[in-house]
Order: sequence, then structure tokens, then C-alpha cells
Amino acid sequence: MVTTVLFFLLAGVAIACAGLTVYYRNPLYSALSLIGVFISLAVLYLTLAAPFIAITQILVYAGAIMVLVVFVIMLLNLDEERPLNRLKHLYFIGGGLGAAMLAQAFFIFYAVLKTPKHVVDTESNAGSTMSIGTHMYTEYLLPVEIVGVMLLMAIIGAVMLVRKDTHASLEAAAEKETND
Amino acid sequence: MEPGLENYLALSGILFAIGAVGVVYKRNAIGMFMCIELMLNAVNLSFVAFSRYYADVTGQLFVFMVMAVAACEAAVGLGIIIAFFRNRISVDVDDASILKH
Repeated sequence: MVTTVLFFLLAGVAIACAGLTVYYRNPLYSALSLIGVFISLAVLYLTLAAPFIAITQILVYAGAIMVLVVFVIMLLNLDEERPLNRLKHLYFIGGGLGAAMLAQAFFIFYAVLKTPKHVVDTESNAGSTMSIGTHMYTEYLLPVEIVGVMLLMAIIGAVMLVRKDTHASLEAAAEKETND
Repeated sequence: MEPGLENYLALSGILFAIGAVGVVYKRNAIGMFMCIELMLNAVNLSFVAFSRYYADVTGQLFVFMVMAVAACEAAVGLGIIIAFFRNRISVDVDDASILKH
């Protein structure tokens, strides 16, 4: 009973915050509403008996990614998005896309509702940090390694993207190297 | 008593739809980026819900992978946004309509 009340409360908060993320024109307000979505989803993960994922959600999303986003917004000193009068007719297409996606969501809701009830195994220890670690380093070792390589690539890519050196100075440096 | 699987999937679908509309609606590159994060989170929610209802830890492992992808995306995406801002003094995606700088 408590879980059901908590679910609807958190679902309401998540949907409201997600709507505000799209609604606000000021990117900083959007970012703060998005943090609300992340935190309510983290609490939902706790009710789904996934404490490890809940903590990771707070650490990685609310902690690292959103701090980076807010940092960039402040660094670039972005102002509010101005409304655009050109392309007004395209709002209908966006709204239609959203309606189609919502219809899909409710079709899934209906389809799952039709299937026989699945009994939740409350005794299962799936989701404990122990079981996640065991599976991660035995059965799913290869994906974990691939993710490690991908993170390395992202670090190198990010550093290469924002470095100040222009192409010309890089070539000059390479030429100097060969001459020495 | 717990809410059924269908409730979680409906919430996930609604959040995904809001994120998808946001990507279409926003013109600010950072706003689009945040809406993409919202869509990734919606998918994560359905992964965790399935993991709970089928007592299988695989779903949560894939949530972990999605989070790693999101972290990479944040690093590289924000790097691109900053590089773009340096050239154009704007993060409006309408200004990114030509390939040559």
C-alpha cells in the first residue's frame, strides 16, 4: 500500500518535472527541473529494490552529469530562448509526434495489463550490490570491458574537442619535431 | 501490495514521450541534450522495473551500461557545444546549419 502511494506521488513529481524541463525557456531552470526527475527516479529505484542503481543514479546523473551541464550553462552565460515566429506551423508536427508516442505508451500499458499477473518474488536478492557485482564480473565481463574502452575514448575525444591548438600550430609543431 | 509492472512501463513511456517532444521543441543545444538524458532515464526505469518483476539482475546491469553511455555523451556532447559556442557565440542549433566554419 505504501509502495503504491509512493509510486503515484513520485510518478507525479517525475512527470511534472519532466514537463517543466521542456517548458522552461531558461536552460538553467530546465536543468534544475531535470534534477528533480533524476531524484524522483532514484527513489523509485529504491522502491523497486535496486539500491545500488539508486545510489549510482544520484552519483552519476544528479551528481556528475548535471553539475557538468549547469557548469557549461553558467560558463557560456546563456540567455533565454527567444520564441521563433518562422516554423510556427511545425509545432503541430511536434505535438503529433508526442501524441503518437503517448498512444504507444498506453498501448504498452494496455497490453501488459491484459497479460496474467506476474507474482513478484520478494525473496529474490537480484539488485543487491553483491549480485550485481557477481554478474558484472563473470557473465557480463566483456560488455563491462567494452564500456571501459568507450569511457577512455570519450575522455580522449572530449580533450581533443576543446583544446585550443589550431591545426596550423599542430602542423608547425610536427614539422619542428621532424627537423630536430 | 505493489503497483504492477504496467504502471512503471506507462510512466516510462510518458517520460520518453516528453523527452522526445522536448528534442523536437527545443532549439537550444543544451536543452536538446537534457531531453536526451530524460529519454535515457525513461528507458532505465523500464529496465529496472523488468529486472524487479522477473527477479533477474541483467536489467540492472544494462542500466549501468546506459549510465556509462550517458556519461560519455555528457563529456563529448558538452565538448562539442563549447567548441560550437567558440565559433558562433551561440548554442542555437539553427546556427549549425552549415558544415564549413
